Amino acid sequence: MKKLLLGDEAIAQGAIDAGLSGVYAYPGTPSTEITEYIQESPLAKERGIHSRWSTNEKTAMEAALGMSYMGKRALVCMKHVGLNVCADPFVNSAMTGTNGGIIVLVADDPSMHSSQDEQDSRFYGKFAMIPTFEPSSQQEAYDMVAEAYELSERMKLPVLMRVTTRMAHSRAVVEIKDEPRQQNELNYNSVAANWVLLPANARRRNDEVTAQQPVLEQMAVESKYNQYVDGPDHSLGIVASGIAYNYLMECYPNGCAYPVLKVSQYPLPKKLVCQLAEACDELLIIEEGQPFIEDMVRGVIPFGKNVKGRLSGELPRTGELNPDLVKRALGLPVEVNYEKCEDVAPRPPMLCQGCGHRDVYTALNEVLREYDNPRVFGDIGCYTLGFLPPYKAIHSCVDMGASITMAKGAADAGQWPSVAIIGDSTFTHSGMTGLLDAINENADITVIISDNLTTAMTGGQDSAGTNKFEAICRGLGMTDEHLKVVVPLPKNMPEITQILRDEINYHGTSVIIPRRECMQTLQRHLKQKKAKENKA
Amino acid sequence: MKTDIILCGVGGQGILSIATIIGEAALKENLYIKQAEVHGMSQRGGDVQSNLRISSDPIRSDLIALGGADVIISMEPMEALRYLPYLNKNGWIITSSAPYVNIPNYPDMEVVLNDLKKVDNVIILDIEKAAKDNGVPRSANVILLGAAQKALGIEYEKLEDAIRRVFGRKGDAVVDANIKALAIGREAQK
Repeated sequence: MKKLLLGDEAIAQGAIDAGLSGVYAYPGTPSTEITEYIQESPLAKERGIHSRWSTNEKTAMEAALGMSYMGKRALVCMKHVGLNVCADPFVNSAMTGTNGGIIVLVADDPSMHSSQDEQDSRFYGKFAMIPTFEPSSQQEAYDMVAEAYELSERMKLPVLMRVTTRMAHSRAVVEIKDEPRQQNELNYNSVAANWVLLPANARRRNDEVTAQQPVLEQMAVESKYNQYVDGPDHSLGIVASGIAYNYLMECYPNGCAYPVLKVSQYPLPKKLVCQLAEACDELLIIEEGQPFIEDMVRGVIPFGKNVKGRLSGELPRTGELNPDLVKRALGLPVEVNYEKCEDVAPRPPMLCQGCGHRDVYTALNEVLREYDNPRVFGDIGCYTLGFLPPYKAIHSCVDMGASITMAKGAADAGQWPSVAIIGDSTFTHSGMTGLLDAINENADITVIISDNLTTAMTGGQDSAGTNKFEAICRGLGMTDEHLKVVVPLPKNMPEITQILRDEINYHGTSVIIPRRECMQTLQRHLKQKKAKENKA
Repeated sequence: MKTDIILCGVGGQGILSIATIIGEAALKENLYIKQAEVHGMSQRGGDVQSNLRISSDPIRSDLIALGGADVIISMEPMEALRYLPYLNKNGWIITSSAPYVNIPNYPDMEVVLNDLKKVDNVIILDIEKAAKDNGVPRSANVILLGAAQKALGIEYEKLEDAIRRVFGRKGDAVVDANIKALAIGREAQK
């Protein structure tokens, strides 16, 4: 059957059809749609596939390990920076190995369309000695999932699947299987000692996994996803990986004159790279993300061969690729008929009209004007847009949860007022432990948990702590005296500003929770309600 | 056949539903499709675009090259201009004339219209007004699609059928409103 699917959806469908038993994920652009697709899938429901959101990427990765331990197939999905959050279980999952297959799907975001860095997850695969797949098309993404599970179960290792924004968020027609594979039965087949990473076990596992590396590389040499296609003109040989392969072939609709090595499975097939290097005068490496292959190729091929790519400047060192950049690197003309229009003004994203974060920033700015050098430590979510005019309200945004801990460190250094602003979902993801640090020392900070009852930035997914925030804060040791809840609306401004002022002036840890539903989910809920009424 | 389309506007204006209809029509015709969308932070009131490519031959790149687009369909006049370098020599711009002003430095409307008129092939339509006047206030984007039908190279009836399939679940009233909107757009091509 043919279906028009986003890359993310093709992966989700591929996993369901490959006998998936559970997906574990925290929402993050551009990976969110994978889990959402599985949540909506009738077959997934029928099969009881776990698909509820996890609190963060680390809990997701660990739950997947548990499912694998019991012999079933698990999928973990995240954006690239999420892999930092779960780096500990990810790297150690190669040491434990798998029983049921595990795919760790990581969606990188080159050019940072919705992210704070452009790290390339392929480095993590190499670092952890985990085989890595990088599809070049939606169809390949679908097909690869089934093969990645087979490989994972055959080699008893997790597989990293790396996609980028354009693959995740681009639709294409995908041919899907008519008969989904059965799910694995629960079993106790794995070697129990492998899962206990005491040094004695871990040393043995480290030797075993190291010994598997040449086997994995030979698999990459023989993989149908890594193709060496010869061409008549040997003045140049091209290595193109993942989606970059498409940009290359777009330049040559009738076939490329140069020999091309397409790479979509790692470890890097060194034998094929050397074959290309021997046959050609120069090499050009085209890859999305950081110069991962290029760096390795420079250390692989015979001395004296010219290698071109992101490191030599033929392609830009940073940023997402596109057909035009690849054309230039190949010396092909780029034809522009209409020049850039100078009258067009930039239109940055902004907080929605009526959004509660707006009222929080309005109140905060009004109060902080009364102090010398206040500092507001921000976090990851829609409210990061508070950095932009008209609010210009935050002074930092680093990683999930950093608002509270940075505010505490700043207070430790003598900063006052030191304010943290964090969203509800980000708070449960990585803010709770930091708040415990602050409470234990009664740090002189004011924490604002701006609760819009959802994970808004990624489109309104469930937020793990909804209806539990006061209880969580009390559980961590907050007393009601400095734990305040307000409704962020313009009419409540006097009350909100007074509470902010009082809590900033209190020299200890206080938490204020402005709570009002996200405008996006509110409109969706109203629509659903109306549709229901119309039916009734 | 091969048509490279840039759909653009401001986050929340519903460019993806235009893409869905075109995609549905193309899928039915067994054409190859690639459609790169924008999700995430930029959807919050910022500029958004989607690259939609349909072709009878396999498509490689998800993104359209500079000077490669056959059509720019825009829900907002200034946003249409943002992608001018992507338009090919014989390419068409089909745009709404209604400015979406959510930035302090939005250019003068006369300047925007002048810039648009410098393009060889352009249709500028007050789709919001046309939609209201014709009693289909929620189908302004489909009027724009109707106006782009020839430039897209898709037969009119195929778009009608696609609308029936895409909106079928929402009932006859919704289907009829969108078919009417498509017809209003078609008139604007003449």
